[in-house]
Amino acid sequence: MAFKYFPHTGQDIDTMLRAVGMSSLDELYSDIPDELQLHRDYDLPKAMSEQELRAHFADLASLNTPFRACFAGNGVYDHYTPAVVEEITRRSEFLTGYTPYQAEVSQGTLQYIFEFQTMMARLTGMEVSNASMYDGTTATAEAMMMTVASARKRNKVLYSATLPRKVQRVLDTYAHYHGITLTRLPEDCNGVTSRESLDEQLAAGDVAGVIVAQPNRYGIVEDYTGWADAVHGAGSMLVMHCVANTLAVLRTPGEWGADVAAGDGQSLGIPVGFGGPHVGFMCTSKKHIRKLPGRIVGATTDALGRRSFVLTLQAREQHIRREKATSNICSNQSLMALFVTVYMSLMGDKGLREVNERGYSGAHYLAENLVASGNFKLCYPDSPFLNEFVVETTAPEPSLEQRCSKAVRNGILPGFILGGNRLLIAVTERQSRQDLDDLLTFLD
Amino acid sequence: MNNQLYDKLIFELSHEGRQGYSLPDAAVEFHGFGMPAGLLREKPARLPECDELTVVRHYTNMSNNNFGVDTGFYPLGSCTMKYNPKVDEVLSGVFAEVHPASPDEHVQGVLKMYRELQRALSEIAGMAEFTLNPYAGAHGELTGLMIMRRYHELRGDAGRTRVIVPDSAHGTNPASAAVAGLEVVVVKSREDGTVDVEALKPLLDNTIAGMMMTNPNTLGIFEHNIKEIASLVHAAGGLMYYDGANLNPLLGRCRPGDLGFDIMHINLHKTFSTPHGGGGPGAGPVGVRAGLENLLPSPRVIFDEKAGIYRRARTAETMGNVTGGAGNVGVLVRALAYILTLGREHIKSVGPLATLNANYIKERLKDVYELPLEGVCKHEFVFDGLKDKSTGVTTLNVAKRLLDYGFHAPTIYFPLLFHEAMMIEPTESESLETLDAFIDAMRRIAAEALSDPEMVKTAPHATPVCRPDDTAAALKQEVTLDLIKQA
Repeated sequence: MAFKYFPHTGQDIDTMLRAVGMSSLDELYSDIPDELQLHRDYDLPKAMSEQELRAHFADLASLNTPFRACFAGNGVYDHYTPAVVEEITRRSEFLTGYTPYQAEVSQGTLQYIFEFQTMMARLTGMEVSNASMYDGTTATAEAMMMTVASARKRNKVLYSATLPRKVQRVLDTYAHYHGITLTRLPEDCNGVTSRESLDEQLAAGDVAGVIVAQPNRYGIVEDYTGWADAVHGAGSMLVMHCVANTLAVLRTPGEWGADVAAGDGQSLGIPVGFGGPHVGFMCTSKKHIRKLPGRIVGATTDALGRRSFVLTLQAREQHIRREKATSNICSNQSLMALFVTVYMSLMGDKGLREVNERGYSGAHYLAENLVASGNFKLCYPDSPFLNEFVVETTAPEPSLEQRCSKAVRNGILPGFILGGNRLLIAVTERQSRQDLDDLLTFLD
Repeated sequence: MNNQLYDKLIFELSHEGRQGYSLPDAAVEFHGFGMPAGLLREKPARLPECDELTVVRHYTNMSNNNFGVDTGFYPLGSCTMKYNPKVDEVLSGVFAEVHPASPDEHVQGVLKMYRELQRALSEIAGMAEFTLNPYAGAHGELTGLMIMRRYHELRGDAGRTRVIVPDSAHGTNPASAAVAGLEVVVVKSREDGTVDVEALKPLLDNTIAGMMMTNPNTLGIFEHNIKEIASLVHAAGGLMYYDGANLNPLLGRCRPGDLGFDIMHINLHKTFSTPHGGGGPGAGPVGVRAGLENLLPSPRVIFDEKAGIYRRARTAETMGNVTGGAGNVGVLVRALAYILTLGREHIKSVGPLATLNANYIKERLKDVYELPLEGVCKHEFVFDGLKDKSTGVTTLNVAKRLLDYGFHAPTIYFPLLFHEAMMIEPTESESLETLDAFIDAMRRIAAEALSDPEMVKTAPHATPVCRPDDTAAALKQEVTLDLIKQA
């Protein structure tokens, strides 16, 4: 019964059984009552060879519709991944390493996490960053819990209706079980968060945190002038949920005066991959570092005085503090943190800026021409956007669904249908002029 | 791995004017961001500026400072560091270009993959249904506990706000309970490391939502009273939660669903061989017994018999959403590839071979290391430090000295039941020769502890860095390059 993942020969098994004083593998299970044991094979397919396995996944892949251009965004953006990034992240020293508890044999992992923390802090304009979170939705949920833990006797959190729906759903879920009272700040007719309702809600003095989005679920870049002062004035914390890539050009959470920046780093070159693995991030100011969830890497020196890196402030974490920990998070998305770190190392400020410029000009080109066609109108014409926007059909026929189907039949995913004849369209550097013009043709 | 420290940071290799990317010509000419300047970033982020080779060399050199499964053996208790098959890596990107916002009818291949893995895990675990959404083991625990709370909520039994956790449990158990809004009630272990059933009984009342257990427990001991424990908890109206961190030894032999568990998670990065990635991404699918399927998180991948297609669904009873998408798809692909490669013929050998390896190490070392619990173990076991502690050599010292011999350290100072705990778990991936080499190193260290204790206490000596100062790191809190510069 030789099998490629088991090194044991029959002779090895005999030698080892003898060493442990047993006569059969069954005897190793003598401590499990017989009636609790499974006395049959699993009902699973027969073992596949490597060739059969590849064919099986090729068959599965063939059941998906391939698209030559993707205009869907909704928090997950189709950016190009340079070859170097995948090459580095596939290096088995990084890929097959464990969480870097043993610093002496994990400097590679610890060092890139330190670089990741530095880059994320610089990108968000905050002082400190953790070693990554699962994704943007859970990172924001952790930020919500962090505001409540910091505020002590307050358990009310406000969140904007302009946060992506999936973020709202995860916040609702975590809040429900964690015992946090969530209140939604409505959006106004321009698709931005109502400032008036913020002031009303803060007046009671019982709010621990306020969570807003930038850009928001419609791609709109909101103006948060004065928000941090208002939130801080009420003794609350301001959390900003961001799309990482856009931070290269947009005013940062740090510049807005936010206390926590959280979001998804997928837009830093991680493939859309049906939604994962991506990487969440969470940054804050130095004074809140002890309330941060997740792992944090710090610089230090070793016994010979050499610069080295270690997991630090572990007293916040579950393996030390158990039920009193700042979070239950144990493993994070380390390899994906490496992914975006390598991406940012290649792109630099200039590359990220160019990527955003292309998204901006492509999105505005589409928006102008869709409106000019007479079949669509911008849902929020008075609100600025970067690379994502919402249009609504104005002509009754053909319906939005029919128009989108036409694009799909022609190999283009036209965007994300928000409902009510509204389509959310995102543009990145991956779409060519031809792709943009084709989309206009098919939606026409 | 080599023992030369490569300690440059990418920022130190950066030179103004260099670039490491190329982009196609702009599709549409850019004429500035048409929005108020106040909405734009004031200062650049100061990301590195590097050419491509500089980036490649930097990260390649950095990787040489790392230990991984492909480098050597990890006897790391409760972490199940098995081989991560290469073909799974190749296949992991098969759905990389599939956007999650695509309508269901265009992603039938991905959704079919979900169903295949859900069915396989359900069969292996003896559960009715699985969600593949949770991103990690602790995330699975949290999801499972929220399902537990949802179950009581739907029954109008809102007073059940406490959960029982054994004192030997993984730290994530109580931490997950706290995040799920549950109060933790600790139940003591007996001398043999198993749950004390008599101590459990008085804890069971109508405030108990359920009990979390891992079986085998963190000492590698099978909780043989599990049926009785499950019936006691069920009789009191609670649910049984299985922490799947220690599932590996049961593969082929025993199913959590048959032991009376109602909800469980599986760490795909342990039992199902997906790489740990230096701390993620993992995946923590959650299974439930019949009757609880509709409580699973949304989206839930189902096969719609009527329409004949796979769908992402949302039930009225769902506990909610715990993810932005539907999990770490690339990790799920690897796990399914592993299961299909083993197939029904080989998967049943995983548990017995992992168990054999653990018992072999235990028996061959127990004359020099203190074995607090005699008898057969499952996938792992715990030593309470060296047998001869006279020279003051601690578990930490032994662990660090092992690094010099080219082995990763075991899990140390956990579980908390022993002062000098050293938790060892080989997996079925390791050969007799590797185990013998490890045993040999452990015996040599035990001898060194007597002949040259100072040398062992100052280990490691052959690694890229040596005993970094944790206390200084925590005091200085230099967690970014800019904070170092400020200091």
